[in-house]
Amino acid sequence: MPPIISRGFGGRRRGDAPPGRVPPGQYVTRDYPVLSAGPTPHTPLDRWDFSITGEVAEPRRWTWEEFRELPAEDVTVDIHCVTKWTKLDTMWRGVSVDTLLAGIGTTAGYVIQFSDGGYTTNLPLADVRDGKAWVVFDYDGGPLPPQHGGPARMLVPHLYFWKSAKWVRGLRLQTVDEPGFWEVNGYHNYGDPWREQRYWGD
Amino acid sequence: MEGTTVLGRLTWQAATVARLATETPRVTTIAFEVPGWPGHQAGQHLDVRLTAEDGYQAERSYSIASAPDGTRIELTVVRIDDGEVSPYLTGDLRPGDQIELRGPVGGYFVWEPDDGGPLLLVGGGSGVAPLMAMVRLRAAADSAVDTRLLVSSRSWEEIIYRDELERLAGDGLTVVHTLTASAPPGWAGYARRVDAEMLAQVGPGPAERPRVYVCGPTPFVEAVAEALVGLGHQPQAIKTERFGPTGS
Repeated sequence: MPPIISRGFGGRRRGDAPPGRVPPGQYVTRDYPVLSAGPTPHTPLDRWDFSITGEVAEPRRWTWEEFRELPAEDVTVDIHCVTKWTKLDTMWRGVSVDTLLAGIGTTAGYVIQFSDGGYTTNLPLADVRDGKAWVVFDYDGGPLPPQHGGPARMLVPHLYFWKSAKWVRGLRLQTVDEPGFWEVNGYHNYGDPWREQRYWGD
Repeated sequence: MEGTTVLGRLTWQAATVARLATETPRVTTIAFEVPGWPGHQAGQHLDVRLTAEDGYQAERSYSIASAPDGTRIELTVVRIDDGEVSPYLTGDLRPGDQIELRGPVGGYFVWEPDDGGPLLLVGGGSGVAPLMAMVRLRAAADSAVDTRLLVSSRSWEEIIYRDELERLAGDGLTVVHTLTASAPPGWAGYARRVDAEMLAQVGPGPAERPRVYVCGPTPFVEAVAEALVGLGHQPQAIKTERFGPTGS
Protein backbone atom coordinates (compact mmCIF):
# COMPACT_ATOMS: atom_id res chain seq x y z
CA MET A 1 0.00 0.00 0.00
CA PRO A 2 1.51 3.36 -0.95
CA PRO A 3 1.48 5.76 1.99
CA ILE A 4 -1.60 7.93 2.40
CA ILE A 5 -0.76 11.59 1.91
CA SER A 6 -2.08 13.90 4.57
CA ARG A 7 -2.91 17.13 2.79
CA GLY A 8 -1.70 20.13 4.68
CA PHE A 9 0.65 18.13 6.87
CA GLY A 10 4.05 19.73 6.71
CA GLY A 11 5.84 18.23 9.63
CA ARG A 12 8.80 19.63 11.47
CA ARG A 13 11.72 18.46 9.38
CA ARG A 14 14.96 17.12 10.69
CA GLY A 15 16.63 20.32 9.67
CA ASP A 16 18.69 20.42 12.82
CA ALA A 17 19.74 16.77 12.64
CA PRO A 18 22.91 15.83 10.80
CA PRO A 19 22.15 13.39 7.97
CA GLY A 20 22.52 9.74 8.87
CA ARG A 21 21.89 10.25 12.57
CA VAL A 22 18.12 9.71 12.81
CA PRO A 23 16.76 6.21 12.04
CA PRO A 24 13.51 5.79 10.09
CA GLY A 25 10.35 6.72 11.99
CA GLN A 26 12.28 8.56 14.73
CA TYR A 27 12.26 12.25 15.68
CA VAL A 28 14.86 14.22 17.59
CA THR A 29 14.02 15.36 21.09
CA ARG A 30 15.96 17.55 23.49
CA ASP A 31 14.03 16.14 26.43
CA TYR A 32 14.89 12.88 28.09
CA PRO A 33 11.61 10.95 28.37
CA VAL A 34 11.31 8.05 30.83
CA LEU A 35 9.83 4.66 30.01
CA SER A 36 9.52 1.96 32.63
CA ALA A 37 6.96 -0.74 33.24
CA GLY A 38 6.76 -0.34 37.00
CA PRO A 39 7.88 1.68 40.01
CA THR A 40 11.45 2.94 40.10
CA PRO A 41 13.53 0.63 42.34
CA HIS A 42 15.86 2.13 44.93
CA THR A 43 18.64 -0.26 45.89
CA PRO A 44 21.09 1.13 48.47
CA LEU A 45 24.65 1.10 47.18
CA ASP A 46 25.86 -1.08 50.06
CA ARG A 47 23.47 -3.78 48.85
CA TRP A 48 24.22 -3.30 45.16
CA ASP A 49 26.40 -5.70 43.24
CA PHE A 50 26.99 -6.61 39.64
CA SER A 51 27.46 -10.20 38.61
CA ILE A 52 28.21 -12.27 35.56
CA THR A 53 26.53 -15.65 35.74
CA GLY A 54 25.36 -18.52 33.57
CA GLU A 55 27.61 -20.29 31.10
CA VAL A 56 30.89 -19.19 32.63
CA ALA A 57 33.62 -21.25 34.24
CA GLU A 58 33.58 -18.99 37.28
CA PRO A 59 30.86 -16.43 38.01
CA ARG A 60 32.08 -12.92 38.76
CA ARG A 61 30.75 -10.38 41.19
CA TRP A 62 31.65 -6.81 42.02
CA THR A 63 30.41 -4.69 44.91
CA TRP A 64 29.63 -1.05 44.13
CA GLU A 65 33.06 -0.02 45.45
CA GLU A 66 34.84 -2.69 43.44
CA PHE A 67 32.84 -1.82 40.38
CA ARG A 68 33.75 1.85 40.63
CA GLU A 69 37.44 0.95 40.80
CA LEU A 70 37.27 -0.67 37.36
CA PRO A 71 38.63 1.40 34.49
CA ALA A 72 35.85 3.67 33.20
CA GLU A 73 35.48 5.63 30.02
CA ASP A 74 33.45 8.56 28.71
CA VAL A 75 31.04 7.74 25.91
CA THR A 76 29.07 10.16 23.72
CA VAL A 77 26.40 8.44 21.62
CA ASP A 78 22.97 8.86 20.07
CA ILE A 79 20.13 6.87 21.65
CA HIS A 80 16.94 5.70 19.99
CA CYS A 81 13.77 4.77 21.88
CA VAL A 82 11.21 2.49 20.24
CA THR A 83 8.52 5.01 21.22
CA LYS A 84 9.99 7.19 18.44
CA TRP A 85 12.31 9.67 20.11
CA THR A 86 16.00 9.94 19.34
CA LYS A 87 18.37 11.91 21.51
CA LEU A 88 21.66 12.98 19.98
CA ASP A 89 25.07 13.24 21.65
CA THR A 90 24.14 11.87 25.06
CA MET A 91 27.12 11.77 27.42
CA TRP A 92 27.78 8.86 29.75
CA ARG A 93 30.55 7.44 31.89
CA GLY A 94 30.86 3.78 32.70
CA VAL A 95 32.67 0.47 32.38
CA SER A 96 32.94 -1.25 29.02
CA VAL A 97 31.38 -4.71 28.97
CA ASP A 98 34.66 -5.83 27.38
CA THR A 99 36.34 -5.02 30.70
CA LEU A 100 33.77 -7.08 32.60
CA LEU A 101 34.07 -10.05 30.25
CA ALA A 102 37.87 -9.94 29.95
CA GLY A 103 39.34 -13.40 30.43
CA ILE A 104 35.97 -15.09 30.83
CA GLY A 105 35.80 -18.32 28.91
CA THR A 106 32.34 -19.09 27.63
CA THR A 107 30.55 -21.00 24.92
CA ALA A 108 27.49 -18.75 25.30
CA GLY A 109 26.11 -17.00 22.26
CA TYR A 110 23.52 -14.92 24.10
CA VAL A 111 23.34 -12.63 27.08
CA ILE A 112 20.40 -11.72 29.32
CA GLN A 113 20.65 -8.40 31.17
CA PHE A 114 18.82 -8.60 34.50
CA SER A 115 17.74 -5.76 36.76
CA ASP A 116 16.24 -4.76 40.06
CA GLY A 117 12.49 -4.92 39.67
CA GLY A 118 12.65 -8.04 37.52
CA TYR A 119 13.29 -6.49 34.12
CA THR A 120 15.23 -8.55 31.60
CA THR A 121 16.32 -8.05 28.02
CA ASN A 122 18.18 -10.42 25.72
CA LEU A 123 20.68 -10.02 22.94
CA PRO A 124 23.45 -11.87 21.15
CA LEU A 125 26.68 -11.81 23.16
CA ALA A 126 28.45 -10.32 20.15
CA ASP A 127 26.29 -7.20 20.55
CA VAL A 128 27.84 -6.32 23.90
CA ARG A 129 31.46 -7.00 22.84
CA ASP A 130 34.12 -5.02 20.99
CA GLY A 131 33.27 -1.59 22.33
CA LYS A 132 29.53 -1.79 21.72
CA ALA A 133 28.17 -1.79 25.29
CA TRP A 134 28.81 -0.29 28.72
CA VAL A 135 27.49 -0.37 32.26
CA VAL A 136 27.14 3.36 32.94
CA PHE A 137 26.76 5.25 36.22
CA ASP A 138 27.10 8.90 35.14
CA TYR A 139 24.85 10.83 32.78
CA ASP A 140 25.65 14.32 31.51
CA GLY A 141 28.39 14.87 34.07
CA GLY A 142 26.50 13.71 37.18
CA PRO A 143 25.30 10.53 38.85
CA LEU A 144 22.65 8.72 36.81
CA PRO A 145 19.24 9.60 38.35
CA PRO A 146 17.13 6.65 39.60
CA GLN A 147 14.32 7.27 37.12
CA HIS A 148 16.82 6.93 34.27
CA GLY A 149 18.22 3.70 35.67
CA GLY A 150 20.63 4.72 38.41
CA PRO A 151 22.75 3.74 40.15
CA ALA A 152 23.80 1.91 36.97
CA ARG A 153 22.24 0.92 33.68
CA MET A 154 23.31 -0.76 30.49
CA LEU A 155 24.13 1.31 27.43
CA VAL A 156 23.86 -0.54 24.12
CA PRO A 157 23.31 2.42 21.82
CA HIS A 158 23.22 0.60 18.48
CA LEU A 159 19.91 -1.06 19.45
CA TYR A 160 16.58 0.45 20.55
CA PHE A 161 16.93 1.70 24.10
CA TRP A 162 14.80 -0.99 25.76
CA LYS A 163 17.84 -3.20 25.03
CA SER A 164 19.75 -1.05 27.55
CA ALA A 165 18.39 -2.26 30.89
CA LYS A 166 17.92 0.27 33.68
CA TRP A 167 18.90 -0.67 37.25
CA VAL A 168 21.01 -3.46 35.79
CA ARG A 169 22.50 -5.93 38.27
CA GLY A 170 24.19 -8.38 36.01
CA LEU A 171 24.59 -10.34 32.82
CA ARG A 172 23.62 -13.97 32.44
CA LEU A 173 25.43 -15.73 29.60
CA GLN A 174 23.44 -18.45 27.86
CA THR A 175 23.92 -20.90 24.99
CA VAL A 176 20.27 -20.48 24.06
CA ASP A 177 18.42 -17.23 23.47
CA GLU A 178 15.55 -16.33 25.79
CA PRO A 179 13.22 -13.41 25.01
CA GLY A 180 13.15 -10.82 27.80
CA PHE A 181 10.43 -8.62 29.28
CA TRP A 182 9.42 -6.57 26.25
CA GLU A 183 10.49 -9.26 23.82
CA VAL A 184 7.68 -11.52 25.07
CA ASN A 185 5.29 -8.56 25.08
CA GLY A 186 5.22 -7.77 21.39
CA TYR A 187 8.58 -6.14 20.80
CA HIS A 188 11.21 -7.32 18.35
CA ASN A 189 13.75 -9.86 19.54
CA TYR A 190 16.76 -7.92 18.19
CA GLY A 191 15.69 -4.28 17.88
CA ASP A 192 17.89 -2.64 15.25
CA PRO A 193 16.59 0.95 14.86
CA TRP A 194 18.14 1.31 11.39
CA ARG A 195 16.05 -1.61 10.16
CA GLU A 196 13.08 -0.34 12.20
CA GLN A 197 12.76 -3.62 14.11
CA ARG A 198 10.20 -2.36 16.60
CA TYR A 199 7.69 -5.17 16.94
CA TRP A 200 7.28 -8.88 16.36
CA GLY A 201 7.66 -9.60 12.68
CA ASP A 202 9.37 -6.31 11.74
CA MET B 1 15.13 -16.31 18.00
CA GLU B 2 12.87 -15.29 15.18
CA GLY B 3 10.64 -18.22 16.17
CA THR B 4 8.98 -15.98 18.75
CA THR B 5 7.21 -14.30 15.85
CA VAL B 6 3.83 -15.81 16.44
CA LEU B 7 1.95 -12.91 14.93
CA GLY B 8 2.53 -11.62 11.45
CA ARG B 9 4.15 -8.26 10.88
CA LEU B 10 2.09 -5.34 12.09
CA THR B 11 1.45 -3.66 8.78
CA TRP B 12 0.34 -0.09 8.19
CA GLN B 13 -3.37 0.09 7.62
CA ALA B 14 -5.65 2.78 6.28
CA ALA B 15 -7.83 4.29 8.98
CA THR B 16 -10.78 6.50 8.10
CA VAL B 17 -11.88 9.22 10.49
CA ALA B 18 -15.44 8.42 11.51
CA ARG B 19 -16.02 11.04 14.17
CA LEU B 20 -14.25 13.79 16.08
CA ALA B 21 -15.31 14.79 19.55
CA THR B 22 -14.02 17.67 21.64
CA GLU B 23 -13.26 16.40 25.14
CA THR B 24 -11.74 19.58 26.56
CA PRO B 25 -10.35 22.74 24.97
CA ARG B 26 -7.05 20.96 24.29
CA VAL B 27 -8.16 17.36 23.92
CA THR B 28 -9.92 15.66 21.02
CA THR B 29 -11.10 12.08 20.65
CA ILE B 30 -10.86 10.71 17.14
CA ALA B 31 -12.82 7.60 16.18
CA PHE B 32 -11.40 5.63 13.27
CA GLU B 33 -12.83 2.89 11.14
CA VAL B 34 -10.02 0.40 10.39
CA PRO B 35 -11.30 -2.44 8.17
CA GLY B 36 -8.36 -4.75 8.88
CA TRP B 37 -8.13 -4.07 12.60
CA PRO B 38 -7.15 -7.35 14.32
CA GLY B 39 -8.66 -6.35 17.69
CA HIS B 40 -6.84 -5.20 20.80
CA GLN B 41 -6.64 -5.52 24.56
CA ALA B 42 -7.60 -2.69 26.89
CA GLY B 43 -4.42 -0.76 27.68
CA GLN B 44 -2.58 -1.36 24.41
CA HIS B 45 -1.35 1.38 22.10
CA LEU B 46 -0.75 1.87 18.41
CA ASP B 47 1.43 3.85 16.04
CA VAL B 48 0.15 6.66 13.85
CA ARG B 49 1.96 7.67 10.66
CA LEU B 50 1.44 10.90 8.76
CA THR B 51 2.95 11.46 5.32
CA ALA B 52 3.48 14.92 3.85
CA GLU B 53 3.02 15.59 0.15
CA ASP B 54 6.78 15.41 -0.43
CA GLY B 55 7.00 12.00 1.23
CA TYR B 56 8.25 13.15 4.65
CA GLN B 57 6.81 10.96 7.38
CA ALA B 58 6.27 11.35 11.11
CA GLU B 59 5.25 8.56 13.50
CA ARG B 60 3.88 8.73 17.03
CA SER B 61 2.43 6.26 19.54
CA TYR B 62 -0.98 6.73 21.17
CA SER B 63 -2.88 4.67 23.71
CA ILE B 64 -6.14 3.20 22.52
CA ALA B 65 -8.99 4.71 24.53
CA SER B 66 -11.81 2.47 23.32
CA ALA B 67 -12.72 -1.01 24.42
CA PRO B 68 -12.39 -3.70 21.75
CA ASP B 69 -15.23 -2.98 19.31
CA GLY B 70 -14.73 -4.67 15.97
CA THR B 71 -13.09 -2.38 13.45
CA ARG B 72 -13.71 0.83 15.40
CA ILE B 73 -10.96 2.36 17.52
CA GLU B 74 -10.69 5.67 19.35
CA LEU B 75 -7.66 7.75 20.23
CA THR B 76 -7.72 10.67 22.63
CA VAL B 77 -5.12 13.22 21.61
CA VAL B 78 -3.85 16.26 23.49
CA ARG B 79 -2.89 19.17 21.26
CA ILE B 80 0.71 20.16 21.95
CA ASP B 81 0.95 23.60 20.39
CA ASP B 82 4.54 23.29 19.19
CA GLY B 83 4.14 19.57 18.49
CA GLU B 84 4.52 17.99 15.09
CA VAL B 85 1.70 15.47 14.90
CA SER B 86 -0.92 16.35 17.53
CA PRO B 87 -1.90 19.76 16.03
CA TYR B 88 -2.66 18.01 12.75
CA LEU B 89 -4.64 15.19 14.37
CA THR B 90 -6.69 17.52 16.56
CA GLY B 91 -7.01 20.50 14.22
CA ASP B 92 -6.87 19.40 10.59
CA LEU B 93 -8.48 15.96 10.40
CA ARG B 94 -12.08 15.84 9.22
CA PRO B 95 -14.52 12.94 9.03
CA GLY B 96 -13.71 10.87 5.96
CA ASP B 97 -9.99 11.71 6.00
CA GLN B 98 -7.57 8.83 6.04
CA ILE B 99 -4.31 8.30 7.90
CA GLU B 100 -2.23 5.21 8.59
CA LEU B 101 -2.09 3.14 11.77
CA ARG B 102 -0.37 0.00 12.90
CA GLY B 103 -0.99 -2.00 16.01
CA PRO B 104 -2.00 -3.00 18.54
CA VAL B 105 1.25 -2.93 20.48
CA GLY B 106 2.20 -3.88 24.03
CA GLY B 107 1.27 -6.90 26.07
CA TYR B 108 2.04 -5.72 29.60
CA PHE B 109 -0.06 -2.68 30.49
CA VAL B 110 -3.27 -4.57 29.69
CA TRP B 111 -6.32 -5.83 31.53
CA GLU B 112 -8.87 -8.47 30.58
CA PRO B 113 -12.09 -9.10 32.53
CA ASP B 114 -10.85 -12.64 33.25
CA ASP B 115 -7.84 -11.14 35.04
CA GLY B 116 -10.26 -10.04 37.74
CA GLY B 117 -9.48 -7.46 40.39
CA PRO B 118 -9.85 -5.49 42.46
CA LEU B 119 -8.52 -2.74 40.23
CA LEU B 120 -6.89 0.53 41.18
CA LEU B 121 -6.52 2.80 38.15
CA VAL B 122 -4.70 6.10 38.53
CA GLY B 123 -4.52 8.52 35.61
CA GLY B 124 -2.95 11.93 35.25
CA GLY B 125 -4.33 14.17 32.48
CA SER B 126 -4.59 12.27 29.21
CA GLY B 127 -3.03 9.30 31.00
CA VAL B 128 -6.62 8.36 31.70
CA ALA B 129 -6.99 7.17 28.07
CA PRO B 130 -5.74 3.55 28.38
CA LEU B 131 -7.50 3.28 31.76
CA MET B 132 -10.71 4.36 30.04
CA ALA B 133 -10.30 1.43 27.66
CA MET B 134 -10.27 -0.84 30.72
CA VAL B 135 -13.27 0.87 32.34
CA ARG B 136 -15.21 0.69 29.07
CA LEU B 137 -14.31 -2.96 28.59
CA ARG B 138 -15.36 -3.68 32.16
CA ALA B 139 -18.75 -2.12 31.45
CA ALA B 140 -19.17 -3.82 28.07
CA ALA B 141 -18.35 -7.19 29.62
CA ASP B 142 -20.76 -6.62 32.53
CA SER B 143 -17.87 -7.19 34.88
CA ALA B 144 -18.56 -6.47 38.53
CA VAL B 145 -14.87 -6.24 39.44
CA ASP B 146 -14.32 -3.72 42.25
CA THR B 147 -12.67 -0.83 40.40
CA ARG B 148 -11.43 2.48 41.76
CA LEU B 149 -10.49 5.08 39.18
CA LEU B 150 -8.61 8.11 40.45
CA VAL B 151 -8.27 10.85 37.85
CA SER B 152 -6.02 13.85 38.29
CA SER B 153 -6.88 16.85 36.13
CA ARG B 154 -5.86 20.49 36.25
CA SER B 155 -9.41 21.79 36.47
CA TRP B 156 -13.04 20.69 36.19
CA GLU B 157 -13.10 21.83 32.58
CA GLU B 158 -10.06 19.73 31.77
CA ILE B 159 -11.43 16.41 33.01
CA ILE B 160 -11.44 14.06 30.05
CA TYR B 161 -14.49 11.72 29.69
CA ARG B 162 -16.19 13.54 32.59
CA ASP B 163 -19.79 12.88 31.57
CA GLU B 164 -19.21 9.31 30.49
CA LEU B 165 -17.43 8.53 33.75
CA GLU B 166 -20.38 9.92 35.64
CA ARG B 167 -22.69 7.60 33.73
CA LEU B 168 -20.46 4.55 34.19
CA ALA B 169 -19.92 5.01 37.93
CA GLY B 170 -21.74 2.54 40.16
CA ASP B 171 -21.97 -1.24 39.86
CA GLY B 172 -18.61 -1.57 41.57
CA LEU B 173 -16.91 1.32 39.75
CA THR B 174 -15.93 4.28 41.92
CA VAL B 175 -14.64 7.36 40.13
CA VAL B 176 -12.72 9.95 42.15
CA HIS B 177 -11.43 13.23 40.75
CA THR B 178 -8.72 15.48 42.05
CA LEU B 179 -8.18 18.96 40.63
CA THR B 180 -4.63 20.26 40.84
CA ALA B 181 -4.75 23.83 39.51
CA SER B 182 -8.23 25.22 40.08
CA ALA B 183 -11.53 23.97 41.41
CA PRO B 184 -15.02 25.33 40.81
CA PRO B 185 -16.80 27.15 43.67
CA GLY B 186 -18.22 24.71 46.16
CA TRP B 187 -15.94 21.85 45.02
CA ALA B 188 -15.90 19.32 47.81
CA GLY B 189 -13.55 16.82 46.23
CA TYR B 190 -9.77 16.56 46.30
CA ALA B 191 -7.91 19.64 45.16
CA ARG B 192 -4.26 18.63 45.25
CA ARG B 193 -1.75 16.35 43.59
CA VAL B 194 -2.22 12.63 44.17
CA ASP B 195 -0.46 11.60 47.38
CA ALA B 196 -0.25 8.60 49.69
CA GLU B 197 -3.11 9.76 51.88
CA MET B 198 -5.40 10.13 48.87
CA LEU B 199 -4.39 6.74 47.47
CA ALA B 200 -5.05 5.11 50.85
CA GLN B 201 -8.51 6.69 51.00
CA VAL B 202 -9.43 5.72 47.44
CA GLY B 203 -8.17 2.14 48.02
CA PRO B 204 -8.25 -0.80 47.68
CA GLY B 205 -5.44 -1.22 50.16
CA PRO B 206 -2.45 -3.53 49.75
CA ALA B 207 -4.16 -6.27 51.79
CA GLU B 208 -6.73 -6.64 49.01
CA ARG B 209 -3.91 -7.12 46.51
CA PRO B 210 -5.35 -4.94 43.76
CA ARG B 211 -3.99 -4.86 40.25
CA VAL B 212 -2.70 -1.33 39.90
CA TYR B 213 -2.34 0.62 36.65
CA VAL B 214 -0.81 4.10 36.65
CA CYS B 215 -0.55 6.25 33.53
CA GLY B 216 0.40 9.87 33.06
CA PRO B 217 3.31 12.25 32.70
CA THR B 218 6.61 10.98 34.11
CA PRO B 219 6.68 13.04 37.34
CA PHE B 220 3.07 12.03 38.06
CA VAL B 221 3.78 8.33 37.56
CA GLU B 222 7.00 8.49 39.57
CA ALA B 223 5.21 10.14 42.49
CA VAL B 224 2.17 7.85 42.43
CA ALA B 225 4.18 4.64 42.05
CA GLU B 226 6.50 5.71 44.86
CA ALA B 227 3.56 6.47 47.14
CA LEU B 228 1.91 3.13 46.34
CA VAL B 229 5.09 1.21 47.18
CA GLY B 230 5.32 3.24 50.38
CA LEU B 231 1.76 2.18 51.28
CA GLY B 232 2.81 -1.44 50.96
CA HIS B 233 1.64 -2.37 47.47
CA GLN B 234 3.87 -4.95 45.80
CA PRO B 235 6.02 -3.30 43.12
CA GLN B 236 5.24 -6.20 40.76
CA ALA B 237 1.51 -5.46 41.07
CA ILE B 238 1.99 -1.88 39.86
CA LYS B 239 2.03 -1.46 36.11
CA THR B 240 3.02 1.94 34.81
CA GLU B 241 2.95 3.84 31.55
CA ARG B 242 4.83 7.13 31.43
CA PHE B 243 4.72 9.74 28.71
CA GLY B 244 6.11 13.08 27.67
CA PRO B 245 7.43 15.60 27.40
CA THR B 246 8.31 14.37 23.96
CA GLY B 247 7.32 17.23 21.70
CA SER B 248 4.68 15.08 20.08
